[in-house]
Amino acid sequence: MIPPFPERARVALGNHNLHVALDRATAQLGSRRGAAFASLPDADSVRDIARRAKMATLRDLAGHLQRFEERLEANGVHVHWAETGEDANRIVVEIAARCGVKRAVKAKSMASEETHLNAALERSGVTVVETDLGEYVVQLAHDRPSHIILPIIHMTREDVGRLMHERIGVPYSDEPRTLAGYARTKLREEFLRADMGISGANFGVAEDGTICLVTNEGNGRMVTTLPRVHVVLMGIEKLVPTLADLDLFLRILARSATGQKLTTYTTLIRGPRRPGDECGPDQVHVVLLDNGRSRILAGDTAEILGCIRCGACLNACPVYKSIGGHAYGDTYPGPVGAVVTPGLKGLADWKDLPSASSLCGACRDVCPVRLDIPRMLLSLRHSASRQWASPLGLRAGMKAFGWVAARPRLYRAVTLLARWSLRRLADDGWLKRAPGLASGWTQSRDLRAPAEATFQELWRRGRSR
Amino acid sequence: MTHYARPKIVQLFHTCLVNEVDPGVGLAVVRILERLGIVVEVPLGQTCCGQPAHNAGFQADAVAVARHTLRVLDATEGPIVVPSGSCADMLVHQYELLFHADPEWRAKAHAVGERCRELSQFLVEVLPGAELGARLASRIAYHPSCHLMRGLGVRDQPKALLRAVEGVELLEVRDEEECCGFGGLFSVKHPEISGRMLDSKVACIEASGADRLVSCDLGCLLHLTGGLHRRGSRLKVQHLAQVLDEGLA
Repeated sequence: MIPPFPERARVALGNHNLHVALDRATAQLGSRRGAAFASLPDADSVRDIARRAKMATLRDLAGHLQRFEERLEANGVHVHWAETGEDANRIVVEIAARCGVKRAVKAKSMASEETHLNAALERSGVTVVETDLGEYVVQLAHDRPSHIILPIIHMTREDVGRLMHERIGVPYSDEPRTLAGYARTKLREEFLRADMGISGANFGVAEDGTICLVTNEGNGRMVTTLPRVHVVLMGIEKLVPTLADLDLFLRILARSATGQKLTTYTTLIRGPRRPGDECGPDQVHVVLLDNGRSRILAGDTAEILGCIRCGACLNACPVYKSIGGHAYGDTYPGPVGAVVTPGLKGLADWKDLPSASSLCGACRDVCPVRLDIPRMLLSLRHSASRQWASPLGLRAGMKAFGWVAARPRLYRAVTLLARWSLRRLADDGWLKRAPGLASGWTQSRDLRAPAEATFQELWRRGRSR
Repeated sequence: MTHYARPKIVQLFHTCLVNEVDPGVGLAVVRILERLGIVVEVPLGQTCCGQPAHNAGFQADAVAVARHTLRVLDATEGPIVVPSGSCADMLVHQYELLFHADPEWRAKAHAVGERCRELSQFLVEVLPGAELGARLASRIAYHPSCHLMRGLGVRDQPKALLRAVEGVELLEVRDEEECCGFGGLFSVKHPEISGRMLDSKVACIEASGADRLVSCDLGCLLHLTGGLHRRGSRLKVQHLAQVLDEGLA
């Protein structure tokens, strides 16, 4: 059991190192994103078109999935359907067993984080090595990623240097280039030894069964071509209808994520090695993961399935920047996580996430497909308030507010009483400690006492003069 | 920016915070508008726009308040001036969401929403050049509230009005578009997170070297003034209407 959200947030807020790391990285990413979009002609309409394409795909997701499956099979790819995370893990473990896999290398995949695939493979005796530099460090530290794009955004380079020194016995350094060099040497061996490569997918193209993977380190290419078996684990929402649509999304994904026009590598995979090919896997498997996505699709937050996992909303979110990714408690942090996690895992245990937002809308502003995250957070708050009575005081208070505020005379009487009591508690016009619900307010700021006479009273007095 | 003929009469939706906490803001709005030759009417049946319930997810309670507010405003005529970005956004955008499954009330919400203007938005629409003829020697830090900026898309109007005040120096505030951490119930439900956002904001405002902090939303201003007061700062905190009114006196 993980500690409750307020506790996780409190721990993060007290972590000075985390804030140094987060402030550095998010500020840089934010400004890079701005510059990258400035280089995209007609950026706003590209975003609009991309949004429409995603929403249209989601409206007929079943049809697109069927087409995708047919094309994959025509390309010689084995297709598997996983209703839950456990199903997905079992499918991959079975493939590994059938193919006699001892060692697997993995490119970055959020879906496999979601299903805890590594643990399942390790239990069945398969050694798994993460090959994305950030994910490799996460694995060395027995940690969890705290950002969709930058898994170790919560660590400073000094942290990474110490970790590598301890875990793989290399001399300490805080030079990113040296540290990357250490990982590269280690990972080369792993690429060459592995029997299975595991990757996610940034996009699946329904019209021809192409799997698209974007990476910056080249590890994606190694993972998908060197081992004799390649397994793709992807969420069912990752589809785009056509290659032309893919082109559109590639133009906005890297710009939003890292401020690049394109990532260093864009890998398009159409199937296993063909006769005459110099390299490539003998088998390609695609595991299509539902794990709660159909439930989201049927509800009020279906729009969130249009997310292309660029992470821009994390970098823009003042709450994410305050508490980092781990405090969100699950695979997907930040504004997108506050909608996705309750959707995938049920609102009952995750209703704190939608409440932890000032609804400032910075996420909606930067989202490349213009997802209205604040609207979805409101919708989740609404579901939570309907299903759970707690806190009881709040529910009763809101009921009373709704009743009173629709009756002006009663409203005036009630607010008169409230003003009078708050003014009595005030010292020189300020409250340092407020009672009841307002005590949260005075925890980190003073409360200005309300006015003696309301605007309406003053207005009426002025008119009658 | 589109300019409109100056209306003869406007309705003032003063907002609950102005009414209960800082009535001086409402009086300042009235004086500014009257100076422009506009008759200001105040629909006295108004209470609150219902945003606290809406943002907390209590839709039924928000709907009850929204119906009341729409009844009150629908019975009036002319533009509705709102000295708050977030309340204006509630009236303009959120009401239609609340009534998305109720065509009759949605139409009413739409009609009222079309008449609503946030104060700075209204002033710039009727005042080419944003010139009120005000004078005030002050170094001002402006805080754009999120719902004004991102909800209503009002970014330049308040700055244009401030720049047009003779003697005002509008300062750069680092990360000015970052939320102050208010967010209504968020600030009491997650006080530590909200408090950290407030800390960052206050630091940026203080670093600007301003002698005044100005915004168009009393919610943010209450939050910021409370934060500044707790931290021992005595920076003057004002609503845009109060600054303009002071400059016109």
